[in-house]
Parts: sequence; C-alpha cells; structure tokens
Amino acid sequence: MHKFLIRSFVSSLVLLFTLTVAAVAKDVKAAFVYIGPTGDHGWTYQHDVGRKAVEAAGFKTTYVEGVPESADAERVLRQLANSGHDVIFTTSFGYMNPTNKVAKEFPNVKFEHATGYKREHPNVSTYAARFYEGRTILGTIAGTMTKSNIIGYVASFPIPEVIRGINSFTLAAQKVNPNIKTKIVWAFTWYDPGKEAEAAKALIDQGADVIAQHTDSTAIVQMAEKAGVYAFGQASDMDKFAPKAVLTSVENNWGPYYVDRVKAVANGTWSQKDTWHGIGDGMVVISDLDSQMPADLRSKVKKLQADLASGKVHSFTGPIYDQKGNLMVAEGKTADDGMLAGMMTYVKGVEGDIPK
Amino acid sequence: MIIDINFIGLIIASIMASAVPLILASCGELITERSGVLNLGVEGMMIIGAISGFALMTVTGSLIIAVFGAMLAGVLISTIFAFLTQTLITNHVATGLALTIFGIGISAMIGKNFVGIPGKEFPVLFEGLKDTIPLLGPILFGHSIVFYFAFALPFITSYFLKKTKIGLIVRAVGDSPESASNQGINVKLVRYACILYGGAMSGLAGAYLSMIYTPQWIENMTGGRGWIALALVVFSTWNPIKILIGAMIFGGLTIIQFHMQAIGVRIPVQFLTALPYIVTIIVLVVISRDSRKIRLSTPSSLGKSFHKDN
Repeated sequence: MHKFLIRSFVSSLVLLFTLTVAAVAKDVKAAFVYIGPTGDHGWTYQHDVGRKAVEAAGFKTTYVEGVPESADAERVLRQLANSGHDVIFTTSFGYMNPTNKVAKEFPNVKFEHATGYKREHPNVSTYAARFYEGRTILGTIAGTMTKSNIIGYVASFPIPEVIRGINSFTLAAQKVNPNIKTKIVWAFTWYDPGKEAEAAKALIDQGADVIAQHTDSTAIVQMAEKAGVYAFGQASDMDKFAPKAVLTSVENNWGPYYVDRVKAVANGTWSQKDTWHGIGDGMVVISDLDSQMPADLRSKVKKLQADLASGKVHSFTGPIYDQKGNLMVAEGKTADDGMLAGMMTYVKGVEGDIPK
Repeated sequence: MIIDINFIGLIIASIMASAVPLILASCGELITERSGVLNLGVEGMMIIGAISGFALMTVTGSLIIAVFGAMLAGVLISTIFAFLTQTLITNHVATGLALTIFGIGISAMIGKNFVGIPGKEFPVLFEGLKDTIPLLGPILFGHSIVFYFAFALPFITSYFLKKTKIGLIVRAVGDSPESASNQGINVKLVRYACILYGGAMSGLAGAYLSMIYTPQWIENMTGGRGWIALALVVFSTWNPIKILIGAMIFGGLTIIQFHMQAIGVRIPVQFLTALPYIVTIIVLVVISRDSRKIRLSTPSSLGKSFHKDN
C-alpha cells in the first residue's frame, strides 16, 4: 500500500510537471518573417521547414511571407510584437535595421535575425550558417568531375556571402585540379527561373560541364539535366528535379536551431547570442552523394565532410592569394570570422571582376 | 575564343526560346488593345496559365489537356476582366492592375501543393535533324510545338488584322466604337472576344514557362514578363512584326549579356543587365518613328469605355 501511494504520488508529480511544462510550452508563440514566398523551394521554403519543426515541437507559430526589406518590415514586426508573440525570427539580411529598431520598443520580446551582425539591444540575437563549408565540398567534386576544366557559376548579388561561396568553391576545386577555371555569371536576382536558366545555358554553351549556383530556383539544375552536364542543388535537395545532373545538394537546416531557441524562450533561458553554425552543428547538410561519382571521390568527400565538421580542415586555409597575387591568408593560418564576414575580393583563379 | 558556327546557332536558338512567352503574350494583348481595350492584367493571366498548365499536367498527366487547360484558365480569368470593363463599365487601368494582383495571389494559393514537384519532359519536334545543317540546324529543329506556333503568330496576327473582315471589324471597334456600333457591329461582343483571346495567349505564354522553358512551379515564376510583353505592344506601335523584332532583341540581349560576362568582357555588369530594356526601347522607337503610321496603327479609343446609350 505504501509503495502504491508513493508510486502514485511520484507519477502524479511527474504528470503535473509534464503538464506544467506543456502548458508553458503551449504559451510561447513564435513568429517568422520571410522575404519571399514559402513556395520558392529555396531560401524561404527551408526557413518554413524550420518553422514546421517548431510547430511539431508543440509551439504555436505564425509567419508573414513576402515582406519587403523596407519600412514595411518595421510595420510587420511591430504588429507581430504587439499581438503576443514571444520570439520573432527575421529571416533576411535586409531586416537588420528594422529588427533592431523594433527590438528597442519591445524589450520583452526576443528577436532573432538571420545573416546579420547588429545586436544593438540585449533582446536581439543573430544567426547564420557557414554555407561556404558546403561549397568546399562542391568545389572538390566539381574539380574532380569536370572534363573541360571549365566550371560555371551562376551568382546572385555581389555581397560577402556570395563572394565567400565563390572563393571557397574555387579554392577547393583548384586543390584537386589546378587547371580549372571558374566562370562567373551574375544574374542579379535571387529568384527568376527564366533568367537563371538562361545564365546556366550561356555557361554550358561556353563549355562549362559542371554548374554551381548561388540563386534559389531549380531552373539551373534542370537546364544542366537537359544539356547533359553536372550541377549541384541549392538550399534544398534538388535531386528529384535533375536526377542525372545533380551530384549532391547543400541543404539549409534551420529546424534544430529554431526549436532550440524557442525552447530557450519557453524555459526562460534565452540569452543574446551570435550563432554561426556549419556542417559540424548540422545547420549545413550535404545531401546523398550521387552514385555517378567514382567510389574514391565519394569516400574522399565523406572524409572531407567529417574533417570540416570536426574543424580539422578549414575552407580558407593559407596560403591564399587574391586575384592580383597579394597574400590574403598566410601559410598555415586560416581566415578568421571577421575576414570571412567582410570578404569582398576574389581569390586567385576566379575570372573577371566583382561588379561594383 | 574560337567562334564556332554551331555555337552561334545555339545562341540564336536560346534567344528564340526566351522570346516565345513575350511573343505569345504580346500578340494576344495586341488584339485586345486593337479592339480598344487596355488590359494591364497580362502578368496575372500569364501566371494563372503557368499554374494551371503545371497543375493539370501533374494531376492528369496529359500535356494536351494541360496546354489547352492553361489557355482556358487564361480565358476564364480574362472573362472577369471583360465582365467588369465591358458590362459594368469599370476603368480599364484599375481593373487590369487588380487582375494582375488577383492572378499572382490565386496562383500562389493553388500552387501551394505543387511546389517541389518536378515537371515532365515536353516533346520536341525534328530532334534528329538538328545536326544535319550547320548553323540553321539548332535554330530550326528540336523545339516544342508551342515554339513554332509562337514564331508563326506575328505573321498570322498581321494577316488577320490587315486582310480579314473580322480583323477590320476589330480595328474599327478599337478606333471608333461609336461608328462601328452605328454600322451594326456589336462592339461589346467584339471586345469580349478580343479580351478572351488575349487571355488565352497569355495563358499559353505562362504554360510555356512552367511546362517547357523551366518545367516546375514556383511562385511569381513569370518574373515580370507580362509587363515586358505589355511594353512591347506599345513600343512596337501595335505592329505584330515589330513585336517579334522587339522580343528577339530583348531575349537576345539578356542572353548575350550572360555570354559576355562568361567570356569576361570588362563592362559593368549592372550596365549589361540594364541593356535589354534600354536597347529594346531605343530600337523600337527608332524603327517606329513614322508618326503617320503610328497614328494609323494606334487604336484611337484605347482604354476608353464604350457605353451604348439608347
């Protein structure tokens, strides 16, 4: 009888505790602000996958899509903060100033800004992913798989994020194949399937047999499939769009971070942070490697992936020279985060100039 | 760089492929405008065509149903415009803009379930003949049926407007609906028909994008091509052959600027990106500067509502 009483007492305590946690958890409301439509199958789509993970963890979420990076963003943020949201994720670089401005007015609401660097108030955190680590892997594959030694690269806008990607990709490709050339075409859009396809076609017509992209739609991998060349998926696994062309994809995996942060808000343990996670923390995920790649390349890539994750290998390890031959990173050194965050010069081996 | 003759053929073929949606939508809008109706909803009708074509292809698996379904969707959404502007006599500009906003919104809503689904391969004609003739081979052969239709359309449209009785009726309605009405022509019926035809062509242009050019559905995938098609109609001074020229220049410069970038030509990229817009307008203005001809081909009552009072 005693045992029974104790057992029921303990179990009711556990039950009560779970219920309390559940009740607290249910009370936390998270909001997401998106730059594009959730149907872009790229950048915003992946953030929304992350939001769904938060929802699956038992929290209420709201999202607003297609919010311009202007005064509109401020209005949307203020409205979300006013309507009882406890944490707001702003998922585009251009929301940086609006986020900080509105954060000042709502000290009790937590703000999480993606890809920015301003944390002017204690209730603002920033987070980003080290996509360049993924591009080191793509560069290694591209340099090995190319036969024409011409690699095409469709870029979006000349910002450090994109330049860093081009450099990391080219450095890795050169390491396995010193004869390669990276041809860059700037599409000046994140998202215009027609234009992206045209840019890819131009590169393919000029002899590129591997195409990399830093724009969001699947048009490029489809064009590669049609032309019989290789390509890589961007932001999400694009293999089913071009099964023959896509060798692998670099996926953005925000879910674990979002769940973590919302839970922290629920538990009251949230504090200001600057997060820059890569392959090691699972924010950057490499999709399955295509069986068209030779077995030794696949095992090499697997090892590289593990080394990048453990920190044994860094994407920017010296000696690295810029286009003019000036030393950027000395031998044996690696580029620090400050340099990476502001990278606006091409490394040696990239053709052309960065548009100003 | 060695300029290979087949390389030039390939570039011209890509230019033509990129011009197809512009030609289709512009030629459709041209007929609408020639009847005196200004429909600014081209972008909206195009995106409705794009999602309808893609959705029908995915659901039914039939490309024929999908293509005609996309045209029908264009017709249906333009019926709304026709009803508002012709029967309820609303303002053309405001209604057209609303149509675009409506089209983008509703396509996104329908499209939610079709994101991330790969498209089907669309059959091409005369694929085997591609390598038989140098230069011309890739230009002439190995394209979809919609491609060939698009390049015939400006000539058909021109013939229709100039040589057929119905074409003359359309022009009469666009120039002076009062006189046409006095002649016993049912102005509203003609305008309804022209609006619906414009809708069908915009729908087809959208289907070309989502089913043939970049076979997939993503929101806003028309990327402003409807607006460019509208501009082409005006700058070509309502001449279908000049639409063809304009669409080729626009598509051509878009593609050539990518090639120039890839070759490494040292021209600021922003300038190259702006080039298609600037040059297309300049060329069309220059080739259409005969003011007498402009007056002849401009529908005099464009955008004005017609209300038969008796």
